[in-house]
Amino acid sequence: MLGLTAKDARLYLIVLVMLIFAPFFLNPFPEGSGLAQFNAGYPDMMQRLVIFGLFAVGFNILFGLTGYLSFGHAAFLGAGSYAGVWMFKLLTMNVIPALIVSTIVAGLFSLLIGFISLRRSGIYFSILTLAFAQMCYSLAYSVLTPITGGETGLQLALDDPRVLGVTQTAEGNIPVPHLFGLPMNASTSLDIGAWSFTFSVGYYFAAVVFALAFYFTIRLFRSPFGLVLRAVKSNQGRLSYTGLNARPYTLAAFVISGMFAGLAGGLMVSMDPLAGAERMLWTASGEVVLMTILGGVGTLIGPILGAGAITYLEAIISTINSTVLHRWFDIFPEWLENLLVNIVYPFVGSGWHLTLGLVFMIVVIFLPGGIVEGGRKIYGLFSRKREEPGSMPPNAAAQPGPGE
Amino acid sequence: MESIILQLLNGLDKGSAYALIALGLTLIFGTLGVVNFAHGALFMMGAFIAVTLNMVFGISFEVEDPTRTDFLGNVMMVDTPYVVHWFGEGVGNFLIDWSVPMAVVIAIPIMALIGVVMERGLIRFFYKRPHADQILVTFGLAIVLQEIIKAFYGANPIPTPAPEAFVGSFDVGQLLGFDPFAIMYPYWRLVYFFFAALIIGLVFAFLQFTTFGMVVRAGMADRETVGLLGIDIDRRFVLMFALAAVVAGLAGVMYAPILSPNYHIGMDFLVLSFVVVVVGGMGSLPGAVAAGFLLGILQSFASMSWIIELIPGINQVVIYLVAIVILLTRPRGLMGRKGVMEE
Repeated sequence: MLGLTAKDARLYLIVLVMLIFAPFFLNPFPEGSGLAQFNAGYPDMMQRLVIFGLFAVGFNILFGLTGYLSFGHAAFLGAGSYAGVWMFKLLTMNVIPALIVSTIVAGLFSLLIGFISLRRSGIYFSILTLAFAQMCYSLAYSVLTPITGGETGLQLALDDPRVLGVTQTAEGNIPVPHLFGLPMNASTSLDIGAWSFTFSVGYYFAAVVFALAFYFTIRLFRSPFGLVLRAVKSNQGRLSYTGLNARPYTLAAFVISGMFAGLAGGLMVSMDPLAGAERMLWTASGEVVLMTILGGVGTLIGPILGAGAITYLEAIISTINSTVLHRWFDIFPEWLENLLVNIVYPFVGSGWHLTLGLVFMIVVIFLPGGIVEGGRKIYGLFSRKREEPGSMPPNAAAQPGPGE
Repeated sequence: MESIILQLLNGLDKGSAYALIALGLTLIFGTLGVVNFAHGALFMMGAFIAVTLNMVFGISFEVEDPTRTDFLGNVMMVDTPYVVHWFGEGVGNFLIDWSVPMAVVIAIPIMALIGVVMERGLIRFFYKRPHADQILVTFGLAIVLQEIIKAFYGANPIPTPAPEAFVGSFDVGQLLGFDPFAIMYPYWRLVYFFFAALIIGLVFAFLQFTTFGMVVRAGMADRETVGLLGIDIDRRFVLMFALAAVVAGLAGVMYAPILSPNYHIGMDFLVLSFVVVVVGGMGSLPGAVAAGFLLGILQSFASMSWIIELIPGINQVVIYLVAIVILLTRPRGLMGRKGVMEE
């Protein structure tokens, strides 16, 4: 189907179904119940899931296939966001030109940075990309204030030109981003019993973009080009003995993943037309690395799972406060309740970054292959019992695993 | 001329901090082959040792001061630090005033302990793992350490004063024969520079003139051969990690009066120190020190107002630009050797 093998087509279909029905199964708890705060089926959250999924999938094209660990990918996301907002300000509030320009700007940007950084590999490469991202951040924060809005960030204003659109709406408001007249923030909800499901234009638009990008990624993974990138990761020296120069390939991978980041940045401002310099900070770059690692480096589905897990946990954990904790541990005697609350409290709410750091360490130490490898191990545990103990399936090494 | 000397001096204290952190980073690279993203966190913890000692000496209780009354005629309550109460006026106030230099003494065992715990508890499991894993796990550790400090001390910078004797500025210009007050340089920054020079000198002397240092240098050059000679190189490398942690910690302790420490001070310095290491040449100790001072001074020259007017924003990016130029023209850095951290 669509030039995919049966296995890839199955994976792609699963992702498509997940995208289409996300508003349902991300909202498993009825409205108003105590567990309703674990629901993730509201538009803002679902958009974030998809956008960070896109970012992580793009990052994985570079890190997962070639093994080059970039610590500056947030710079491309930031560049894409700024470009998107400028399109809204100057041209039109339609999101299509904004997305195209975001992607192109981030692509040019990554071409420049990649051209220089890829002259070195290993740690040097990581440090160079980190330095570039920090440089972009401090420039966006200070000198480039006319372009980036500095500390306040780049916002839309009532007197923006918007050559092909309207400067103001009839009511004198700033217009909202739209897709040929369909506003991004429009939504419709469906109530079934105690459950309420919201379907928003913004989410489904982002989902369509994601689905297209993911299809591209699968084809890239299975292409001869993807094979060369894998060869770069496993042994660059041998690759060059076969007469292939690795650098154009790695540069192409770098630019493609930079364009993915720019597209994610463009989508981000399509949902909320505001771009700030803090999106370029090294912590933001670290977060996408973590998403990829947590899910499973070099797998197709891994970055999506990782991005989903991190985005969801961040939203849930950072909203928990001591009142919520007290309600949870209500069933215990008071001294135990207070003790439990005091133990858990530093890790929730504003302590989310502490949890993030710990998760980061635990995943790298104990599960370098991420969720996908964890799932595979559990799967292997159950499937091996039926076979001879200790014997591997005959072609296990040759076959790509379920998530690949 | 005056302004050039002034900028040179201004670059020295920042350059000293870069040099000290980069020295520790290079020691860890060179001996253990580990990329330590948590090194900035060690610098930050050093700074917070100074903050803590200053706070501890400042813990006070209220006593009645019979000589003073408030406007209602009641006896005034005065805050008296416990150290003043216990050791008397003179010694107590001296302790409070000199808390930062004293923190240096305390920081040495604490930082060494932290270094050993870090190496034994975490880093040693990562020697055989790819560099990407080392970067990631130390990056996670840096976040955790930062957040712990933030949970205890809050997010705001905490001012930590230098001793009274070092407040004020030294008239360097007069010493060199310029007009008085032409080149003023704060005493504490001067102290910081000499302190950094002393530490760097000690580390080099230790590596150069002791048998222990000789073995470590041999291990840096060829770990396998040293191991074949029957020397337990790993045990010595643990101590080098502790030494690197102490160097970073001391750099942090002494920097506290210059820049009020907050929880992300370490990361701010770490990114620049990595650039310093790359410019100096990975694995080269003299390179790290030279590049540290060089970049600190360059940064301070780039902050001169007429240069900023000429090229806006140059002060923010000069270090990165230099790094890019160096890596494009001399890929191994200023003093990098062939075969060190090449892949």
